[in-house]
Amino acid sequence: MKFLSLAQLAIVATLSVPGPTTPPAAKFNVVATTPDLASIAAEIGGSAVNVKALAKPTEDPHFVDPKPSHIVTLNRADVLIDGGAELEMGWLPSLLESARNAKLATGSPGRIVASQGIRLVEVPTSFDRSKGDVHSMGNPHFLMDPLNAKVLVAQLVEHFSRVDPSNAEMFAANAARFNAALDAKFAEWKAILAPYKGAKIVTYHKDFVYLAQRFDLDVVATLEPKPGIAPSPAHLAQVISTMKASNVKVILAQSFQSHRTAETVARQTGASVLDASQQPGVAKGTDSYVALMDYLVRALAAGLGGTK
Amino acid sequence: MKWYLGIATAVVTFMLSGKPLSAQQRADTTAGGQQRALDSLAAVVRATQARLDSLERAMAAAPATPQARAPGAYMNVSFVGLTDLGWSSTPDVGSLQVGDHDPKVRGFSIPNAELVFDGAVDPYFKAFTAIVYKIDENGETGVELEEMFLLSTALPKNLQLKVGQFFTEFGRQNQQHPHAWAFADQPLVLNRMFGPEGLRSQGARVSWLLPTSWYTEAMVSVLNSAGGTAFSFRSDESGEIHGGVTSERSVAGAGDMLYVPRIVTSLEPTDNQVLLVGASGAYGPNNSGPRAHTSILGTDVYWKWKSPYAHQGFPFVSFQGEYLTRSYGTGARGYLDNPITNIAGETLEDNGAYAQVLWGIQPRVVAGFRAEYVNADENAFVSPERQDRTRWSPDLTWYPSEFSKLRLQYNYDRRPGLRDEHSVWVQFEFLLGAHAAHKF
Repeated sequence: MKFLSLAQLAIVATLSVPGPTTPPAAKFNVVATTPDLASIAAEIGGSAVNVKALAKPTEDPHFVDPKPSHIVTLNRADVLIDGGAELEMGWLPSLLESARNAKLATGSPGRIVASQGIRLVEVPTSFDRSKGDVHSMGNPHFLMDPLNAKVLVAQLVEHFSRVDPSNAEMFAANAARFNAALDAKFAEWKAILAPYKGAKIVTYHKDFVYLAQRFDLDVVATLEPKPGIAPSPAHLAQVISTMKASNVKVILAQSFQSHRTAETVARQTGASVLDASQQPGVAKGTDSYVALMDYLVRALAAGLGGTK
Repeated sequence: MKWYLGIATAVVTFMLSGKPLSAQQRADTTAGGQQRALDSLAAVVRATQARLDSLERAMAAAPATPQARAPGAYMNVSFVGLTDLGWSSTPDVGSLQVGDHDPKVRGFSIPNAELVFDGAVDPYFKAFTAIVYKIDENGETGVELEEMFLLSTALPKNLQLKVGQFFTEFGRQNQQHPHAWAFADQPLVLNRMFGPEGLRSQGARVSWLLPTSWYTEAMVSVLNSAGGTAFSFRSDESGEIHGGVTSERSVAGAGDMLYVPRIVTSLEPTDNQVLLVGASGAYGPNNSGPRAHTSILGTDVYWKWKSPYAHQGFPFVSFQGEYLTRSYGTGARGYLDNPITNIAGETLEDNGAYAQVLWGIQPRVVAGFRAEYVNADENAFVSPERQDRTRWSPDLTWYPSEFSKLRLQYNYDRRPGLRDEHSVWVQFEFLLGAHAAHKF
């Protein structure tokens, strides 16, 4: 039973090391569940943070595979930013359990739930999965409304300043700069989309609701019959007739959603499919959140204007 | 062997002393600390003001909607129901399907209906409980407290403590509940080593996440060694393995507990692949004699590739395999059916393995294939529990949504000296309640 005494030694050795008195590191580790959250965190944290995203930009954020390396990443994190509203419910809890990092517990300075303080839409009044995989807290794709990013920025400044008070002023300055740039861009985006007020669009999943609401667009149908339920031929036939009746010009589909299905519908309706990834880094030149929104707005305008 | 008490004391002491008064707080009583505290307070006030302003803008902009409320506060409740339907070429289905949650009869079986509660207990612990209902071959409902444990969330030094009754972390599949299995039945080798219900017992587990840059976790469970779920150890049914009368064996010392160490490590060969390799052992007394002892060793490997453009987790390809070997040392014992005749003490050697490949073809459709065998050496007592077997099983699973599952599986069974058997099983499964978060 040699292994026992080895295990015993290892455990006793770990326990007898004096308590944690690590000096504050030059940079603290921020982990975000998705690249859009990571991008905003990097801009606010500036030189004080190392930022890492768990999900790949091309990946469906509802279904990220919990990898062992994620456990290590979360174990070493000082701050975790998750979208919340049950977006990561299928994969983050088990990772956090294994990561055993008390800094990331809900309510700690090291835990930022991005959906906090945001008015979520489509909050169900009854919980019934015959309506599909409806998130009980509301629609979690809220960063598609650029103004919601500012709510997140305020949270980032607050939490980062608690984790690293010495850089509080820098965080506040970065936030002011980010918000100013976003405000300027937002005015531009509103102008770009103003001619298409009330335009009807179709999306694959219910993931562009916030964008549509902010810029006065009308999502008349989704290719999924219900959230998380695969498109059926009968439902697609209905979508096609709706699209023809209301002259829909664009279908928005993210990189991981079935472009084949979207293209089939587009061919039969004369609409175009817009590669509308919600994560920075998928489309060319969209390496930040603001660049991504800029790309989306311009591509949407081009599609609606028929120049795409 | 009083060391295990020492560990427990150390862990508890650490938990109690580690949290409330950290070195950081003590340092803050100095003048410099006070200045820092003031600075940080000022920063917090500024940040709060910024947040308030921003919230005000956002609220003004957003239309009034009812605010979100989480259902089932303080505790997640879920219920998993599994129904099997099928036919086997042998009427004695139980001789082929050994697992407690396998399809059991020609026709319908309800081998697993699981009521699960979990949640955070307080800032220091999480808790998990699974109560399992199942209907046996005669239509009688049985209930068991399958798992019930506390899990620490705030231990220092990357340690984690689990206390209660739990599926022991040995290999990969033993810890998984039936709804996480890729096939309708348990691998034969797990039934051989751990009995119909898998290895679980009352005890504690300490795990340590190593400070390496790649994932490595070392753990050891210390458990009671008695009962049907400690099948290869002090189990009342152990006569089925060694053919003798079981001896009354009480717990005289730490040596009569069951020890299960495990180490598992992971590599990511590319951005889209994960490789996980583990080694486990289980060491404890058995009741074929007053000093009889069993040791089980196992290795496991898991590999998965997932497309970087995965939609709902598809497409993917995965491989999982486990190899286990058992040395069951027996004492000299009287035959079960003839106790006055003695069987000499001997070592019963068993081994077995399974390998399975899964292919997630398109969203919610998975094709699988599993090949497996179990072998035993020849001994004085010929046990039907230890016969050599091989089995091949292709299956196809369709998940209409995350919360339901339909599976079709075919089993081709070979047992030397017996005719080959064919079975077809269909599984229906539903999940109610909280999302079941799966481990990698």
